Amino acid sequence: MFLWVIQRDLLLAMRQRADVLTTLFFFIIVVSLFPLGVGPEINMLRSMAPGVVWVAALLASMLSLERMFSSDYLDGTLEQMLLSPQPLSLLVLGKALAHWLVTGVPLVLIAPILGIQFNLSTDALLILAVSLLLGTPVLSLIGAIGAALTLGLRGGGVLVSLLVLPLYIPVLIFGAGAVEASSAGLVASAHLSLLGAFLLASLVLAPWAAAAALRISIE
Amino acid sequence: MLKVSDLECVRGERSLFKDVNFSIEAGEFMQVNGPNGSGKTSLLRMLCGLSMPAHGEIRWCGNAIRSLDEEYHNSITYLGHLNGVKDNLSALENLRISSALAGNEIDENKAYNALQRMGLGGREILPVKILSQGQRRRVTLARLLVCSTVLWILDEPLVALDSAAVMLVQSILEQHLEKGGMIVMTTHQDINVAAVVTKRLQLN
Repeated sequence: MFLWVIQRDLLLAMRQRADVLTTLFFFIIVVSLFPLGVGPEINMLRSMAPGVVWVAALLASMLSLERMFSSDYLDGTLEQMLLSPQPLSLLVLGKALAHWLVTGVPLVLIAPILGIQFNLSTDALLILAVSLLLGTPVLSLIGAIGAALTLGLRGGGVLVSLLVLPLYIPVLIFGAGAVEASSAGLVASAHLSLLGAFLLASLVLAPWAAAAALRISIE
Repeated sequence: MLKVSDLECVRGERSLFKDVNFSIEAGEFMQVNGPNGSGKTSLLRMLCGLSMPAHGEIRWCGNAIRSLDEEYHNSITYLGHLNGVKDNLSALENLRISSALAGNEIDENKAYNALQRMGLGGREILPVKILSQGQRRRVTLARLLVCSTVLWILDEPLVALDSAAVMLVQSILEQHLEKGGMIVMTTHQDINVAAVVTKRLQLN
C-alpha cells in the first residue's frame, strides 16, 4: 500500500520528466551563478559555498512542493486516498518519500560536483553530500505540511514558501554549518547528529500534521 | 447497517438541508433526488466521512463512522464527480493503483477483465489523457467490478456515459444488490435499478 503510493508517484514523475529536470536545473544554475557573479576569489568562494549550496537546495525543493498534493486534489485521487483503509499519515509519508526521491536525491548526487566550482576540499564535499542526504528528506517532510495546508487556495505557491521557509531555517543553519566546520578543519559530527535528529523528529511528526491539514483542506 | 439521524448540512450561513433521517439495510438501493444545489453531493460526502455534518449522526453497524474511520473505509466505495484517474497513467495502471489504494490489490488479469467488461478492450494500455470523457468514466467505474466493499456511494455515476454503458452500469448495480450490497446514489438520468427495496430521498 505504502509502496503503491511511492511506485505511483515515481511512475508519474517518469512520465512527466520535465518537472523533475526543472528542479535539478534550477539548482545547478543558481549554484553556478555565484562563482560567475562573485568572481574567482578562491577564499571567498570557499567560505560562501556551504550557504549558497544549501540555500539553492531549499529553493529547489520548494519549487516542486506545490505540486505534491495539488494535482491529486484536482483530479480526485486525493479524495480516494482519504477514503483508503490505510492510515492517511502513512500515505502522506509515502508521498513525501516519493517527493524526496524525485527532487532530493538528484540534488544530493549533483551537489559534490557543483561544490568543485567553489574549490571545496574532498572532505568538505563529502560532508556536503552527507548533510544534504540527511537534510533534504526533512525539507520534503516539512514541505508536505505546507503543501497540505495551502491546498486549493489561490496563490498557494507563494503562500507555501512563506509558511515553509521559516521552518527550513534550522536545517539550513546546521546543514551549512556542517560543511563550514569541515572546511575549517573541524569535526562536523555534531551538526550532522542534529540534522539526523531533525530528520527523525520530522519523520514522526510531519506525516501526522500533514494528514490533519489534508483532512481540513479537503472538507 | 447504515443509519442516518437528524442530519443537517450548513454551507456558509445557509442550511442546505436538515432533519434528514434514513437507514439502509443489506440489498437496499437508495436514490437521492433534488435540484442543483440542494446538497446531494454534500450529503454523499458526509456519508463517506469526507466532511463533517453540522448536526446529526451517521452510524455504520451501530458505531459512529468518525470512530470507525479506517475500518469504515474498508466497507465503502465512493465515486465522486471527479474521476480520480491520472491522465498520464494507462487505464490498467489507474485501475490497479486505485484498487490497491482502496486496500484491494488485484493482479493484471483481473484488471484486464474488468476493463474489457467496461468496453475498454484494446485501450487498456493507452494513457487516459487520450481517452474520451465517457471512456474515462468507464475506467473509474471499472473499480466497482473489482472491489469487494458492501456500501457503494455513487455521485452522478452516469455522467458522460452512452446508453449502452448506462445499461451496463445498471446490471452491475443490480448484481451488487443481489449479493446483499447497498447503494446510495444520485443521478439526473433515468435508470431503473431492480432492487428488493428502493428508497428515494428528496432534498429541496
